[in-house]
Amino acid sequence: MNVTYLDNNATTRVDPQVLEAMLPYFSEYYGNPSSMHAFGGGVAANIQTAREQVARLIGALPEEIIFTSCGTESDGTAIRAAIESYPNKRHIVTSRVEHPAVKNLFETLSKKGYRTTFVPVDREGRLDLDFLYDHLTDDTAVVSLMWANNETGVIFSVEELSRRVKERGIVFHTDAVQTAGKIPIDVSRTGVDMLSLSGHKIHAPKGIGVLYLRKGTRFSPFMIGGHQERGRRGGTENTAAIIGLGKAAELAKQHLDSGSYRCVDELRDQLECEILKRVPSTLVNGDRANRLPNTTSLAFEYVEGESILLMLNEYGICASSGSACTSGSLEPSHVLRAMGVPFTAAHGSIRFSLSRYTTKSDIDLVLEKLPPIIARLREMSPFWKGAKLEAHG
Amino acid sequence: MWEYTDQVKDHFLNPRNVGVIEDADGVGEVGSIACGDALTFYFKLDESGKVKDAKFQTFGCASAIASSSALTEMVIGKTLDEAARITNDDIARYLGGLPKEKMHCSVMGREALEKAIACHRGQAAKIVEGEIVCECFGVTDREIERVVRENQLKTIEDVTDYIKAGGGCGKCHDGIQEIIDQVLGGKRLEPIKPKVLTNLQKIKLIEDSIEREINPTLKKDAGHLELVDVDGNRVIVRMKGTCATCARSHITLKHYVESKLRELVTPDLVVEEVQ
Repeated sequence: MNVTYLDNNATTRVDPQVLEAMLPYFSEYYGNPSSMHAFGGGVAANIQTAREQVARLIGALPEEIIFTSCGTESDGTAIRAAIESYPNKRHIVTSRVEHPAVKNLFETLSKKGYRTTFVPVDREGRLDLDFLYDHLTDDTAVVSLMWANNETGVIFSVEELSRRVKERGIVFHTDAVQTAGKIPIDVSRTGVDMLSLSGHKIHAPKGIGVLYLRKGTRFSPFMIGGHQERGRRGGTENTAAIIGLGKAAELAKQHLDSGSYRCVDELRDQLECEILKRVPSTLVNGDRANRLPNTTSLAFEYVEGESILLMLNEYGICASSGSACTSGSLEPSHVLRAMGVPFTAAHGSIRFSLSRYTTKSDIDLVLEKLPPIIARLREMSPFWKGAKLEAHG
Repeated sequence: MWEYTDQVKDHFLNPRNVGVIEDADGVGEVGSIACGDALTFYFKLDESGKVKDAKFQTFGCASAIASSSALTEMVIGKTLDEAARITNDDIARYLGGLPKEKMHCSVMGREALEKAIACHRGQAAKIVEGEIVCECFGVTDREIERVVRENQLKTIEDVTDYIKAGGGCGKCHDGIQEIIDQVLGGKRLEPIKPKVLTNLQKIKLIEDSIEREINPTLKKDAGHLELVDVDGNRVIVRMKGTCATCARSHITLKHYVESKLRELVTPDLVVEEVQ
């Protein structure tokens, strides 16, 4: 069966050009970049090229790029570095809709005695800026806010709020794992001190991430070891993956600059509008005016997400859900709950996330298969008929 | 991704007996939209008192739909007494097993069946005795105790998998652990029995004890027993399954069944077997 892959916020396909760039680093150029001999040492120059490619994608200087193993490592390193650098400050701030890489770290730090503030969002997933600014104190060590949300695609105004936070002398970290490659990023125009991104969300392989560290920002490494990454992240470089990420960053920038990424936006809008037309009692989760171009989170009332996903799976359609059952927990996604999405809708929320590989025929297949699936599950649901009656008086 | 058996997939993708029975003889509703799953179960009896038709409507995940569908197939053709003996484990086994995180779907099936039978018998939906332990999912200490006992659960995580309790904020974890410790330690919560039993109360308590306590244990060896009659302090039972052919069943009867009933109901009971 053909796979119709609309789960690109989970992970992406490695671009064939990326794979091609990587392969020689497994077989031919396997030397250690730290070696004195030209065979190994020569690889260091190519890593430098990759560093420049990544830097250009986000408007950074090459020396501000630290290669890590994944987004989670970057997030953890950044937040821990900030609190270690300011040991007298005992307050840390984030939002209620962060990825578990940040959310769970904050919960752990809270148990260790840090005072934590989780900034709320409104029904559309927009950050409560007044709440944020009101809660900054001289004791605040770091503010960590995602640039865009993985479940809804809602974008926070990181450019502006990072400057405001920085004015207060507080370190600002942003998790841009979902943002890089989807909308233009220019850290030089922001107050961002640290930024995380991940290779496998932008058509590079899994197992490679980046921590951007603004020049002059206090830092202490998480991985202590050799002098790799200027001593900021020990451990022999994952050469092939770094080369791949460099290529992926270059390609992502090309697609953004040339405007060819815009077709993702068009396909997403088409998918969303048609579903809303064809499936009654469907809501969009999140601020439609301020969202990543590739993401839509749709809530189908009175049905449950896992059932929808498994029926889509029968046609090879891949998506994901904010429902309780799929996550292995019993409660629906903390993001949807923080937004106040009613339970009738939260359990039936499905996320479709596109990529530059998504085609019109992918969208057409979903539009053909999804409406009957929802209708069928609603016929099975004890709540549907009552809801319909209520709606029609 | 959950690892569902072929039977679960089949009952999910091709659910049997979806719908409503307008003139049902019994209806049981459990769950809620807030909890993430809910089931309404209907049955209709024929003249001989056997389940002629059963239908369901379910809001929930694949295993909730499959458990509901399986339940309808399992009860059709059975008398209510036979149907009442279906446990959540029976439902799970009918489906070739459920992932352990999804066992609560089978418990939901058993609960809906019980409520529907109670509804038919005119017992106002079985009063849930006990105190709420898990506030997130509204689960009481007695419900937790029962599921721990019937399924030999050992950890809080097990309890969450089976009945959801403890799967929300986590504040009740200590309370759940206490109940597990009590059950594992062989202690029961304060017995729910009045000091002097009327005949009806006595019969009910005997029935209840067999169903909740004795049969789950016998079932481990693929046997069970059926209550035939209660005459004064004589409890007449019929051994079924492997117990019916087991040479040592009289030992089980005297040493386990009788002493258990004496402990749980009243100390002067005598258990007798009929073939």
